[in-house]
Amino acid sequence: MRVMAQVAMVMNLDKCIGCHTCSVTCKQTWTNRSGVEYAWFNNVETKPGVGYPRRYEDQEQWKGGWTLDRRGRLVLRSGGRVKRLLSLFSNPDLPSIEDYYEPVTYDYDNLVSAPAGTDVPVARPRSVLTGRPTAITWGANWEDGLGGAPEHAGGDPNLTGEWAEKVRFEFEQTFLFHLPRLCEHCLNPACVSACPSGAMYKRVEDGIVLVDQNRCRGWRMCVTACPYKKVYVNHATGKAEKCTFCFPRVEAGQPTVCSETCVGRLRYLGLLLYDADKVGEAAATPDEQSLLDAQRDVFLDPFDPEVIAAAREAGIPEDWLDAARRSPVYALVSKYRVALPLHPEYRTLPMVWYVPPLSPVLDAVTTAGGDQDDPDHVFAAVTRLRIPLEYLAELFTAGDTDVVAGVLMKLTALRSYMRQRTLGEAADEAAIGAAGLTAREAEDLHRLLAVAKYTDRYVVPAAHREDAAALTAVEDRCPVESSGEPAERKVMLGIPTLRRRTPEDPAGGRP
Amino acid sequence: MSTAEPLAATGGPDLLLWVAFPYTCLAVFVVGHVWRYRHDQFGWTSHTSQLLENRWLRWGSPLFHLGAFLVIAGHVVGLAVPASWTEAAGIGEHGYHTTAVWAGSVAGVAMVTGLGMLCARRLLTRRIRLGTDRSDKLLFPLLSATVLLGISATGAHNVFGPGYDYRRTVSVWFRGIFTLQPDPGAISGAPLLFQLHALTACLLFAAWPFTRLVHVWSVPIGYLARPYLVYRRRPTPTAGSAARVRTRQTRPGQRAA
Repeated sequence: MRVMAQVAMVMNLDKCIGCHTCSVTCKQTWTNRSGVEYAWFNNVETKPGVGYPRRYEDQEQWKGGWTLDRRGRLVLRSGGRVKRLLSLFSNPDLPSIEDYYEPVTYDYDNLVSAPAGTDVPVARPRSVLTGRPTAITWGANWEDGLGGAPEHAGGDPNLTGEWAEKVRFEFEQTFLFHLPRLCEHCLNPACVSACPSGAMYKRVEDGIVLVDQNRCRGWRMCVTACPYKKVYVNHATGKAEKCTFCFPRVEAGQPTVCSETCVGRLRYLGLLLYDADKVGEAAATPDEQSLLDAQRDVFLDPFDPEVIAAAREAGIPEDWLDAARRSPVYALVSKYRVALPLHPEYRTLPMVWYVPPLSPVLDAVTTAGGDQDDPDHVFAAVTRLRIPLEYLAELFTAGDTDVVAGVLMKLTALRSYMRQRTLGEAADEAAIGAAGLTAREAEDLHRLLAVAKYTDRYVVPAAHREDAAALTAVEDRCPVESSGEPAERKVMLGIPTLRRRTPEDPAGGRP
Repeated sequence: MSTAEPLAATGGPDLLLWVAFPYTCLAVFVVGHVWRYRHDQFGWTSHTSQLLENRWLRWGSPLFHLGAFLVIAGHVVGLAVPASWTEAAGIGEHGYHTTAVWAGSVAGVAMVTGLGMLCARRLLTRRIRLGTDRSDKLLFPLLSATVLLGISATGAHNVFGPGYDYRRTVSVWFRGIFTLQPDPGAISGAPLLFQLHALTACLLFAAWPFTRLVHVWSVPIGYLARPYLVYRRRPTPTAGSAARVRTRQTRPGQRAA
């Protein structure tokens, strides 16, 4: 057993109203720079929908993630090592800027500088890439709230099979929910495995996956390998960039910016202990629908004395072990088992999990003339209304509807039970018992999911005191700043002055 | 040195062009690389623009790179290997010449076509043109000039012309540079196209460390043998980093660069 700790995230999708606050605050923090205008380390998609970049979930096209070869060994879908080196000159599976969208700014200046006249001045959109006026024809969440869904949503790669036809035809009446996405900081990251330079790595201490900006050589294989398309090319610096899980904040014991600013309070941050020795085996589980359980088996019980002993031996500090026991992520993923990974079939063992939304089912109950508050109606809907269930199963369980139905049943039972309690009615403990919860557990889960206090949602232990000097030595500048900005010295031939190694910092700054 | 007398007998311009200039370029090449590698890891990249334009790059880039590999291999054989060695290996002048012209032409045409496409997309695609930095504005013309002069020399003298045996002149001069026995007289009589090609190539080597060409040295061969997953620990505190923190605290407004 090789115990490692990871700061992981769970999102409760029922609470997401698609306000994009997480995306905007993330962008203001990390990607409001030239070269990454088009990149959203955190984005919110409308589902069903084609996603960002377009149809990223279609791995037949984009070749992201892992697959098993004929002998059952884990191989990158984009090809082996030799093929990767042969495609260095031109990567055949790289999304183009059009697959994301052409970033624009507006002629704001015209609003104040236009001469007096009878026409109201307007701020026309202008391409950031060419500086010329342009028409805005696509965006990171173009079909927000299912806008234009009849036209576009049929392109959702999760809509396959005959039931998908039904969804396509009945789109406006079916369902919608929002899916916030960021880097999954996977246990078996395909991007790291595909990086020819070895510039990408997973941190031992907290599992955060980062790009070493000093070692990245711009081979762009990570972009293809990531099935979630969460590694981006900075076209100004020619290097890869990705979600950092706000590591400077996490090291200080603070939640990520997207979590901190989430107005729906739907994000949970906490530690998961896992057995690094079992990662490869779990990712190579033959049956796609068993990957969920395989990944849960990689996680370790922080209350188990054997695990605690092994963790101590691995050098995980006591306060981290304590945080692991209080982790809301552990509770939702392993204890109550209501959280599910996004697309486990990509075999990367993602570490941002989701509590699937009950709202599509509740909407379906209402549409069918039922009563949302009657658990029997909802149970019936869960088992009978295949459309939302199968769609959710495509996203979260590699198509296994039983698992999704089980989680939705549990959420329905909890909802009904707590509603009865709150209204002073006779609480039906049999229903929550059937869903595998005791009265006490139901209250705890309700507190975690519905009350969701700040301190319950975010249990992030600070990086350790021994490393304090390293932490305060964090560069006081953006680690991925591009050339030209503040021109304090002569810039020779456009070589950036930043991030150079200097005699007092031979390492050239932090990754 | 044994070459002191012939060197002294060489005219000033020849000495400057074929001894001083190449050595200066080589010195810049070496020192420049050391400096850039130590001070600019962040700028050390292929600087890919595939994200912004793929239709031309898809063909142009592989053509250029594969053509360049062949061309470089051809230069190694033609410049570094003395004619006596190939003859000893049983390859006669005629056989060598025929192979060189054919393989060289194919490689050269591939490289020129590829480079042409890469230059065209850089000029014609506005979003790429705007992202072109100063080092590219130096590199692309210089590289194009070198490649075009090289292929013109071959075309004019060896494909369509009567044939010029550069292995008795240019190659001798080239090897002399590296054996520290420079022989400017060997190249001073070569046709103008060959001379210009050699001079632009020297310039290209001098510019190399300051351009995106540095990505050549990062060809990721190690990837073939590396384990897939890479784990790294957070950097541990060092005396240097602690000292920097103190510096920053005393001068908060100052940027460390």
